[in-house]
Amino acid sequence: MSARLSAAFAKGHAALVCFVTAGDPTPDATSAILDALVEGGADVIELGMPFTDPMADGPAIQLANLRSLGAGTRTADILRIAKDFRARHPDTPLVLMGYANPMTTRGPEWFADACADAGIDGVICVDIPPEEDAELGPWLRAKGISPIRLATPTTDAARLPAVLDGSSGFLYYVSVAGITGKQSAALDSIEQAMTRIKATATIPVAVGFGVRTPEQAGPIARVADGVVVGSALVDLVAEHGVNAAEPVRKLVSALAEAVHSARKEVA
Amino acid sequence: MTAQNPNSYRNQPDDRGHFGQFGGRYVAETLMPLILDLEQEYRRAKADPAFQAEFDDLLEHYVGRPSPLYFAPRLTEELGGAQVWFKRDELNHTGAHKINNCIGQILLAIRMGKTRIIAETGAGQHGVATATVCARFGLPCVIFMGATDVARQAPNVFRMKLLGAEVVPVTAGAATLKDAMNEALRDWVANVHDTFYIIGTAAGPHPYPELVRDFQSVIGKEARAQMLSRTGRLPDLLVAAIGGGSNAIGLFHPFLDDPSVKMLGVEAAGHGLDKEHAASLAGGRPGILHGNKTYLLQDEDGQILEGHSISAGLDYPGIGPEHAWLKESGRVEYTSVTDTEALDAFQLLCRTEGIIPALEPSHAIAAVKKIAPTMPKDAILLANLCGRGDKDIFAVAEHLGVSL
Ligand SMILES: Cc1ncc(COP(=O)(O)O)c(C=O)c1O
Repeated sequence: MSARLSAAFAKGHAALVCFVTAGDPTPDATSAILDALVEGGADVIELGMPFTDPMADGPAIQLANLRSLGAGTRTADILRIAKDFRARHPDTPLVLMGYANPMTTRGPEWFADACADAGIDGVICVDIPPEEDAELGPWLRAKGISPIRLATPTTDAARLPAVLDGSSGFLYYVSVAGITGKQSAALDSIEQAMTRIKATATIPVAVGFGVRTPEQAGPIARVADGVVVGSALVDLVAEHGVNAAEPVRKLVSALAEAVHSARKEVA
Repeated sequence: MTAQNPNSYRNQPDDRGHFGQFGGRYVAETLMPLILDLEQEYRRAKADPAFQAEFDDLLEHYVGRPSPLYFAPRLTEELGGAQVWFKRDELNHTGAHKINNCIGQILLAIRMGKTRIIAETGAGQHGVATATVCARFGLPCVIFMGATDVARQAPNVFRMKLLGAEVVPVTAGAATLKDAMNEALRDWVANVHDTFYIIGTAAGPHPYPELVRDFQSVIGKEARAQMLSRTGRLPDLLVAAIGGGSNAIGLFHPFLDDPSVKMLGVEAAGHGLDKEHAASLAGGRPGILHGNKTYLLQDEDGQILEGHSISAGLDYPGIGPEHAWLKESGRVEYTSVTDTEALDAFQLLCRTEGIIPALEPSHAIAAVKKIAPTMPKDAILLANLCGRGDKDIFAVAEHLGVSL
């Protein structure tokens, strides 16, 4: 797995993982927003690849996908955004997150090569479960890129090893059975899930879906290796458009402070 | 089943839900355990004579099966070639083939202890059929329907509401069938514990394409037996319209291992294949959407394009994975007809046979109109009349410039 990803989870505090959609509101505006994430203190960046049919996303990220595609974002733009980011930020891990069709449409080998060329550390493909790993996983692994999988409240103990098999970087625990957005899980259910998952997982576990504020993120950072924030940042981009970098930086700093200072219980 | 015969076209999918390179289970992790459960429960149901008996009983006494096999004398005469026969699934309760599948799936939902039903709908026929079985079994029902379709299929929206369903208009994208399916999937991931998703066509993640096909195969099984008893032989050509492909696979599947029977699937060419259309086999290429790998209308980046068809039920940028496989294997041929050709065929059937077809099978009839004259008079052509046109008279009137 990528050295940048392992380092991000070995800083002695929980990692803040921040999601924004590439090309939202425009391909040109994305770089400044990514810089703001780094400046604010994000440890890992998830760059969403827009898709016409984001089936696992709630209204906020659906609209971000539409804004991005409406602004003319192409796969080539996303790869260029990633490559430029890597040149500016040699140490911050960058993960692409999206759906199977845009990722595999030119063939898995093409995509894995393009990711390697752009300096991408990991790939989260929402609609390729372990059962269909052959679609993309082997090519990513061959290039040293981490396939990052999702575990959910419906992933039981019997299934968890299959989810972990062939994945690396970190495990993304989706804390609610549902789509991205405002709904959030109760802390004690997250805590129970962490205990269950940590019994099997040998890679770090980041918790996401419905985490919007420093007040929510801090307590989660006490029980998890990382906290993922997406829709709240995407909402700021929706509100501030091309001027979103500054408000995004502010929210990320507040989140980073909460996540980094939360005392992580040693498992 | 002929599962032991390696040369059979009827032993797909494999145990991972793949039809050749197509099909599969491309869903978010939240849904994965659920579709694995569904597959297991379906295997048990398939082996359970009581399940089959209940399905058969409902099809006979509630749906009104078997549907007639009808020789169309005036259409045959007008076209001047092959004998044209119709499988009359438009006479089913609720007016289309969709109910066959809904009966099967609601029985599965009940077996699995699910207490809430959701579905997507395009033309509204599947929504009406789902709302119908929900009323029949007393389960709450939520139907996702693109806002565009809500407007062009108003009578069906009202029917669903009368039947007690909640109809949720979906405004994302072009607000048609694909967007309704996205929204149904979003609802499903959020409500997996109690909700069963009744998918309306032979597409989606495994095991849906298989189970929808099996439930719809009653069409082909009946037709095969009826044709043999009426004419002493098998038909030469089967023709069916294709949206996602459920009525077509239902008719074709029981005949796939009869080498003398040719088959033709008819996609919607909309304004023309060089313009906006919904013919994913003719104008698309393989990709992944809505849980399965199949032919999709998409751009070079894999972004999905909007389909267009005069028929809301065919207006989908994908196709069931078994059709993608049958196309590549060469067993079934596929063609397409335009909106205008379908409208002409719609009127032709009204005039010659006193049957008002839905716009979806009007596409099949348009293909029949082209092919029958090229076939000898002793040839038998069997088309699936999978829906009646009551729901479409407003749309047709508008296209013909008539105000009602
Ligand atoms: C009457 C009728 N025929 C055909 C279709 C298309 O679906 P399929 O290709 O699954 O049969 C529909 C869909 O709504 C329909 O209502």
